Amino acid sequence: MKPRDILEGKKGDKHFVLGNEAIVRGALEGGLAFAATYPGTPSSEIGDILWDIANPAGTYFEFSINEKVAMEVAASAAACGLRSIVFMKHVGLNVAADPFMTTVYTGTKGGFLVIVADDPSMHSSQNEQDSRYYAEISRAPMLEPADPLEAYQMMKEGFLLSEQLQLPFLVRTTTRVAHIRSVVEFGELGGRKLEGEFEKNAPRWVPIPAFARTMHQELQKRLVQAREMSESSPFNREEAVGNEPKVGVITSGCAYNYVIDVAEAHGLSLRILKLGMTSPLPEKMIEKFLRECREVLIVEELDPYLEEHVRVIAQRCRLDVNIKGKHDGTFSVMYEYNPDIVKNALLKFLSKPAENSVINVQPVELPPRPPVLCPGCSHRATYYAAKVALRKSRIKDAIFPSDIGCYTLGIQPPSSMADYLLCMGSSMGTGCGISKATGKTVIAFIGDSTFFHSGVAGLINAYHNNHSFLAVILDNRTTAMTGHQPNPGLSCESCGVASPPVDIEGLVKAIGIEYVKTVDPYSVDDTVTAFQEALSRKGLSVIISRRECALVSARVRRKSGKRTVYGIKQDTCSKCYVCVTQFACPAFYKEDNGSVHINAALCDGCSVCAQICPTKSIEVKDHE
Amino acid sequence: MNKSLQLVIVGVGGQGILTVSDILGTAAIEEGLNAVMSEVHGMAQRGGVVTTEMKIGNFSSPLVADGEADIILGFEPAEAYRILTKASKKTRVVTNVEPLIPTSVSIGQAKYPDVQQLLQNMKDSGLSVVGVNAVELASKAGSAMAGNVVMLGAMSALDNFILSRESMEKALKKRISPKLLDVNLKAFELGYESARKKGDS
Repeated sequence: MKPRDILEGKKGDKHFVLGNEAIVRGALEGGLAFAATYPGTPSSEIGDILWDIANPAGTYFEFSINEKVAMEVAASAAACGLRSIVFMKHVGLNVAADPFMTTVYTGTKGGFLVIVADDPSMHSSQNEQDSRYYAEISRAPMLEPADPLEAYQMMKEGFLLSEQLQLPFLVRTTTRVAHIRSVVEFGELGGRKLEGEFEKNAPRWVPIPAFARTMHQELQKRLVQAREMSESSPFNREEAVGNEPKVGVITSGCAYNYVIDVAEAHGLSLRILKLGMTSPLPEKMIEKFLRECREVLIVEELDPYLEEHVRVIAQRCRLDVNIKGKHDGTFSVMYEYNPDIVKNALLKFLSKPAENSVINVQPVELPPRPPVLCPGCSHRATYYAAKVALRKSRIKDAIFPSDIGCYTLGIQPPSSMADYLLCMGSSMGTGCGISKATGKTVIAFIGDSTFFHSGVAGLINAYHNNHSFLAVILDNRTTAMTGHQPNPGLSCESCGVASPPVDIEGLVKAIGIEYVKTVDPYSVDDTVTAFQEALSRKGLSVIISRRECALVSARVRRKSGKRTVYGIKQDTCSKCYVCVTQFACPAFYKEDNGSVHINAALCDGCSVCAQICPTKSIEVKDHE
Repeated sequence: MNKSLQLVIVGVGGQGILTVSDILGTAAIEEGLNAVMSEVHGMAQRGGVVTTEMKIGNFSSPLVADGEADIILGFEPAEAYRILTKASKKTRVVTNVEPLIPTSVSIGQAKYPDVQQLLQNMKDSGLSVVGVNAVELASKAGSAMAGNVVMLGAMSALDNFILSRESMEKALKKRISPKLLDVNLKAFELGYESARKKGDS
């Protein structure tokens, strides 16, 4: 649906909404006044929608420079009494963990919801940490929706719960909550308080050790209330499927949906304890459930978070109930669940035979299709130029720290230029460590948004501590991988106010770095020359490779209707295959007779292949 | 009996799969049916495999179990083949027959299988398969970009597809911008007719 429909949808309308869309609607109905984020899959659409509708909704929204700053921006607005949200992917909460931990001590005045989106199976992530443990170490209460409808309800209700306890709440989603669609009936858009006021009160807001000790006591008191809230929360409920069930399932999040569907499809009889407020847990409710079941299976994705709590309760109450989950190997701690995993576990748990109706087809070797850099992608051109420059400089053993963004796809051949990766902004710091440890040539790649996010600190470190490597800032003028969000390098309209761009070149020069060169990677020769110059120097050098993301420029071109397509002159083509094997734009294809062609539907018209063709056989074929 | 449909749509990032899923969900609401669907966003969209799973009817979970798909809608023939773990003997497969060659093949690291052989293998295993040339029909409708709606039309002609043609067309009108609507209605029609003819034969 269109972002505007999320704001303008009327009470009683039924929409087929994405989990992230439901989160925005729920927040708006709950009186959202203030929001901040750094984009990250699977949470990104929340920000994309707010970017479009915050202004007409009268809500403040910003894409902050990183998750830590977003947390600080939103937490302090909430301290001023405004209902606020901050949202990020699971690894983003690591970045924001420092302010988050303490915001639980200071507490909040306006409802404050911290949405964290986990990515079991790592569809778009570097790890699959279970962020529910952040509720444990911070002591923030936590809500865990199972589907878009519940996400919508929890956002709406969450503000009230947060204000009641004066504590921030974690709202933990996963990919299969954030990125599933289901039918949600909209409610009334509430009134909202948009003007905050800050009441000075140092013992409440300033956690110097003397005050922090009292704050921790106060937090423990609030947690007693939070536990009572959990015992009576409608998000924690018992239900039954089938006849006279004696065996129980305790479940949360999207795993619950698989349990329900499998039980229905296979006519199973189960008592189900479905938990939605999962910190603090409703211990009395769980104890009662355990007393009434002979056996209990815990169905939760990733870590045995519920299971370990349930085992503690069983032990404390000396209950003789057979508990199964991750610790006995029924389920794995890895990867997201699906109906098959849950079906097999449930059938085994209930001692029923496994079923399989999958058809047998002749196995065929299918070509792998990993995600690749797009046709016209400026990163491919930069990687190509770096490769040529290394060859010309006779450097064979260079090492390439990479970072988080589309350019990580440079790991694929023929670029093969991603050797080490940790997290957002890491390539500047890892460039330091690898170059110092090995003494080898190191080229560290980082995107523009990632550079602002946290790379800049690593680059300052590299300068100050005399590290020697080449940092390449791949400035494609957007935050591409997560869906083209703006970043501080761009001038853009935010909430109706034009935001001034930060000049990367000026910023890097201000650090004191001597060799700073900005190139256009679509000019192959100039880019190769810059790389050769930088590689001939000792110390720290920076190349800013600037060219707008091809997807963004294609969108602009589509509007103007003008398009250039390249083709291959078959009579002069020597079939050297440099274009196919060394540049490898997805628009190229080889016919069975060995001739190379360009797929006109895919060609972006970037001209880079025409510049690198040794026989100059690639030229403009068509202007549309 | 309650109406239900479990559907798997597979293709490659950029083929317009998300639009098709959105249209299907809108059509389901149009008929007062419940629907749950799972989408792929982010990294996988960059030329990688995109799978959307959708369950219409009384379902809670967004994913289709192995062997449980009523329909597999393939936007790309090799990808349709790759997802056959979702198929049982009752499954209908509708697939575009025009391959999208992955980079692994164009740089010579892998081979693309023969499309006719893929279709034949499916038939040999007892599957009902309809092959559609979505690219050709979309161009005929007026835009090469409308291949996704050709496939949607082709699927709508299957006898086990539970949404009516009227609600599909209503959903198209709601979800496609007015400028592109005529081309897309035509694409839907061409896909529908193509699959109906092949279904009869």
